[in-house]
Amino acid sequence: MHVTTVIIGAGHAGLAMSRRLTARSIDHVVLERGQVANSWRTERWDSLRLLTPNWHSRLPGAPYAGDDPDGFMTMPALASMISDYAEAVAAPVQTETTVTRVAPADGGYAVTTDRGPWTCESVVLASGAANVAAVPAMAQGASSSVAMVTPLTYRSPDQLDDRGVLVVGASASGVQLADEIQRSGRPVTLAAGEQVRVPRSYGGRDIFWWLEAAGLLDEGRDEVDDLVRARHIPSPQLIGTPERRSIDLSSLADLGVEVVGRLGSLRDGVAQFSGGLANTCRLADLKMQRLLDRFDDWARHNDLDLDDPPRRPEPIRRSGPAVLDLDLHRRGIRTIVWATGYRPDHSWLDVPVLDRRGRVRHDGGVVLDSPGLYLLGGNLLRSRRSSYLAGADADTLALADHLRDHLDRVRLDRSRRRHPLEVLALDRGRASTAAP
Amino acid sequence: MTMTSKPVENGVNTEALVGARDALRDAPEAAEFTWRATNSWVEGTYSRSTVDGFAGLGQEHRHEQAFTLDTDHPQVFASQDRGATPVELVLAGLAGCLTAGVAAVAQMRGIQLHSVTSTVEGRMNVLGILGGDPEVRNGFDTVSVRFSIDADASPEDIEALVAQSQKRSAVFDVITNPTDVRVSVDA
Repeated sequence: MHVTTVIIGAGHAGLAMSRRLTARSIDHVVLERGQVANSWRTERWDSLRLLTPNWHSRLPGAPYAGDDPDGFMTMPALASMISDYAEAVAAPVQTETTVTRVAPADGGYAVTTDRGPWTCESVVLASGAANVAAVPAMAQGASSSVAMVTPLTYRSPDQLDDRGVLVVGASASGVQLADEIQRSGRPVTLAAGEQVRVPRSYGGRDIFWWLEAAGLLDEGRDEVDDLVRARHIPSPQLIGTPERRSIDLSSLADLGVEVVGRLGSLRDGVAQFSGGLANTCRLADLKMQRLLDRFDDWARHNDLDLDDPPRRPEPIRRSGPAVLDLDLHRRGIRTIVWATGYRPDHSWLDVPVLDRRGRVRHDGGVVLDSPGLYLLGGNLLRSRRSSYLAGADADTLALADHLRDHLDRVRLDRSRRRHPLEVLALDRGRASTAAP
Repeated sequence: MTMTSKPVENGVNTEALVGARDALRDAPEAAEFTWRATNSWVEGTYSRSTVDGFAGLGQEHRHEQAFTLDTDHPQVFASQDRGATPVELVLAGLAGCLTAGVAAVAQMRGIQLHSVTSTVEGRMNVLGILGGDPEVRNGFDTVSVRFSIDADASPEDIEALVAQSQKRSAVFDVITNPTDVRVSVDA
């Protein structure tokens, strides 16, 4: 089968792109390995809610229409919102179709699936940035009596042994799981490396209200000092709950979680932790204060009516000597949760566009050295907003325009080898659309 | 934003460092360095280390001169104190590394330094190394570093300098994290 564009993945990004292509009359298909919003349905833990408030979690042409704009969507609610969106934009989705290979062919691409092949002129990779849990090699050093889960396989505390749990990683996933598991009665040890601490709300407004107001999410990829590093900064310590509470190492310690430094080694069932925890906590506090300073500056310049100044979170409390090693078995730890990050799975991509770390080389989603290939999703794809659901709006707009221009160029090149009258007609068409 | 009337000069070439970072991302093999010291026993607990060459950027390098570092134990350990105690060299290494980091980060952030001094203390129960108590480790229980910095910056910005310096410090990492150490003996 031939189609102009194949979009791989019917999540929010792939569907937003489908809407953009439909608006540009570009015929396409959206190939989905499972059902629409598959990862949100099948690879998230039960209690998870989006970290962005409902008003922020909008898709192109579909602002939030419910009655709880300040709430945080559960995964079933999000999956049904995305399914509704697929219908509303009449996305040509082919579900239960797994892509097994994408390779260059005839100036375009050949897409192989478990339900037949496609050829196309362009491909949009929208299969997600969190397909695989990045578990460090040292996981092999855990004894076989310890069960290991990742945020992609964890569903609820009930599936875990009821003794101790070591959660490795203190980004958004790690702190949320440490919180939930500790509350279930299982004593949690949390190994925390570099962290990004932010309050859920500040001066009575949600953190995302501030980030939007102060323009921080508009910061483009060419405006950040070190893009490679910025893309790998851990996700902020946030949790979406009806009571809008903050989550950080202090709140976890209050629950009884034992906070230790970054996991440095795991050998023969003994874990060793970094002695640098005090500094990573201090750095997180300093960065948070700088962020809140920016909010204060913005509020002053915009005459925002605030308590003056809004109350700031206390620095992370640290008490007692740092724990540097633990014999997991003796300590009663029977489960390790590897909340050590995610990466996309592009193992089926047979196009030479990966860097030495296996990451797709791209400029703002335009894949380098492979015309017609596009990437959606991931941290800071084009701007800071790209890291969140709402980022798909501007990202798909820019990439759909780029894709359309690419198709126009390819067709023009081809037409030049065709009949002169066809070329003339095409040129006229371009001239008239270019007129104001 | 730090406003300065004249260019900040801490004697660190940050353009070169940032340039190197970007260049080495594209040439990862060149980023692999090997640091090296040789050591020769003199007598008793007294030995002499020499640092001369190191490898990196795909080739061998030599220091401007060979540096020698004498180590011994003090008289309270019945030695003759002909050099620094090895653990003191570790503390000096930490201070040197963090201070270099403070200068580099200050230069990057446009902060003029006037003076940077620090005191490093490592607390140790020597029953560990003496084999007198199996519950006591050989190494430091805690290491503390106290900086005193005079610079054209707010106390928060100075604190941030020191925090960032720890984040990027090799010796801080060496001390705070486990390292795979392999010791062999030539036949």
